[in-house]
Amino acid sequence: MDLKEKLVSSYVAFEDGVNINSDVHDIRTKAFHDFEKSGFPTKKMEAWKYTSLNSILKEDYSIFPDKEKTVNLADVKKYFIHDIDTYKIVFIDGKYSSFLSETTHDQIDVCLMSSALTKSKYKAVIENYFNKAAKEENMTSLNTAFAKEGAYIHIPKNTEVEKPIQIINFTTGTEEATMLQPRNLIVAEQNAHVQIIERHQSLTKNAVLTNSVTEIFADRHATVDYYKIQNDAVSASLVDNTYIEQQSESTVSVHTFSFGGNITRNNLNFFQKGEHIDSILKGITIIEGKQHVDHHTLVHHIEPNCESHQDYKGIYDERSTGVFNGKVIVEKEAQKTNAYQQNNNVLISDKATINAKPQLEIFADDVKCSHGCTIGQLDDQALFYMQQRGIPKKEARALLMYAFANTVLESVKIPEVKERITRIIANKLGVNIGFDI
Amino acid sequence: MLKIENLHAEVEEKAILKGLSLEVKAGEVHAIMGPNGAGKSTLASIVAGKEEYEVTEGSIELDGEDISELAPEERAHEGVFLSFQYPVEIPGVTVTNFIKTAINESRKARGLEEMPAKDMLKKIREKSELLEIDRKFLSRSLNEGFSGGEKKRNEIFQMAMLEPKLAILDETDSGLDIDALRIVANGVNKLKSKDNAVIVITHYQRLLDYIVPDFVHVLHDGKIVKTGDASLALELEKKGYDWIKEEVMS
Repeated sequence: MDLKEKLVSSYVAFEDGVNINSDVHDIRTKAFHDFEKSGFPTKKMEAWKYTSLNSILKEDYSIFPDKEKTVNLADVKKYFIHDIDTYKIVFIDGKYSSFLSETTHDQIDVCLMSSALTKSKYKAVIENYFNKAAKEENMTSLNTAFAKEGAYIHIPKNTEVEKPIQIINFTTGTEEATMLQPRNLIVAEQNAHVQIIERHQSLTKNAVLTNSVTEIFADRHATVDYYKIQNDAVSASLVDNTYIEQQSESTVSVHTFSFGGNITRNNLNFFQKGEHIDSILKGITIIEGKQHVDHHTLVHHIEPNCESHQDYKGIYDERSTGVFNGKVIVEKEAQKTNAYQQNNNVLISDKATINAKPQLEIFADDVKCSHGCTIGQLDDQALFYMQQRGIPKKEARALLMYAFANTVLESVKIPEVKERITRIIANKLGVNIGFDI
Repeated sequence: MLKIENLHAEVEEKAILKGLSLEVKAGEVHAIMGPNGAGKSTLASIVAGKEEYEVTEGSIELDGEDISELAPEERAHEGVFLSFQYPVEIPGVTVTNFIKTAINESRKARGLEEMPAKDMLKKIREKSELLEIDRKFLSRSLNEGFSGGEKKRNEIFQMAMLEPKLAILDETDSGLDIDALRIVANGVNKLKSKDNAVIVITHYQRLLDYIVPDFVHVLHDGKIVKTGDASLALELEKKGYDWIKEEVMS
């Protein structure tokens, strides 16, 4: 039985565990039919031309891993940003781990999607927001059909959350292959401010496929900073579908750090529903081996006087492959839009590949849209220069790569996250960094 | 200190150096002059270990040890410094962090601990004063957006920080106005001692008014064809290189 059939035939069993007489379930059922019709994306679809899921769809995934697994804090502590105080929403094999989590209902809600979907006190928020930004797209529909668990974060008006929130999904690999479909909802009301760090981490060599959907709503003048740390095991693949809806004067930034994993596909979508909005999309990708990372970004400028800033840096070694497809739509009404897109890539090896495509659809006539895309190699003369000053080749290369990625790194607002990313990069490049830039 | 014997080198199968010999002793200043394309910069790059150049014959010894097989950083750790004709811009790395990294990597290679931050700062302060470098300059990205003169001054600042045994200054005077030239030359002179040596590669006499050479060599077609004292540079300034080419031909 292929994975689609398996998923489709398991839907009835899934319905046993949820309330089928709810509005949410109507949404699920609609999404289920959509997935049943469309199936998994194939390379024939323009948006999936360079990313094939075939190799990972062959695994015999366990769809509802039901064994309660515990993990030792000592074993997983390193995956947390643990040198600062944070809220934590932690899942193990898709199940909430109260032991590793630190949630709250004090002024703000930092808790579970499963509660939000079932308890009446969240009903209004769910009605207003659940699946309102997400689009009917293959992988998203699949997630929506089975949406049950994930992080639920609700920040009321004028509230600045004083510590960052971490969302971490661990997979223990008890099953031979595990499929997870976390569903996150983040609502930042007027003038609210929140910082979120998200990570997926497999703890074994068994195959993992995560198909995640995150919806983020930023109301007027709200600020949301979101950091995605993708440094998973090479047997783990991720399809990340993130949809962001912004109201006037809000600022949302998403940083995506892609260093690990087998196949990683990021669908990052911004919809600007007001004026004077700022959307920031940044990413660093450093991969090797046969790893594949695909960034598909969309910024939809709907109203006038808004900005978007994209800056993606990629470093590809060995036989790794990368995709950057940056789509910017500027509607006719969206005059005075300022859309900036930068995508720079370095190919370290002859066998590495990057497919880069800026895609601008501009219907307004008074806008500033710029895009720059480069593909190059590390500068030999710069390497020689650094070596001449006594810096060994490996360190010189690392320093050049840091310098290359630094425009993204320096915009990270949480110092501990910045430090962590720096350390992951140093580990990856096999250097002990004696410099900070 | 430096002993080059019968050096032949090529790049992409094109011979650039064709049997060059040169001996530089501690405490000496040597000037290498010559027309464009004579191989001056190539010589500098080869001594520093640039990989594109292939040494096909001959040897390069530093203090009796053959360094021709060493990587550029290993030569740097042995005390070879090359002031680049065109210093490379490295956005995102500040002058200070770069020099710190360079010094500590050299110390590591010599089995020393990292230099304590306090000492590092003191040294940076001293050497930047010596070269009249504005403190703000040190927190800028290395060479990015620097004027020609600033780049060269920054090279000599790094030299002052690294205190090499053998410094090769490749056209350090180009792009410098007369004031900057004086500052740079003054810096080099202050760093000179009986234990180190300097090779100055230049087209013009004017730098040699400030850094007075013990020997002047003329490089032509991959070989040193004439050697003299400081007065040879003056003669070249007056008469050009053609008379030397003719001398060689006959």
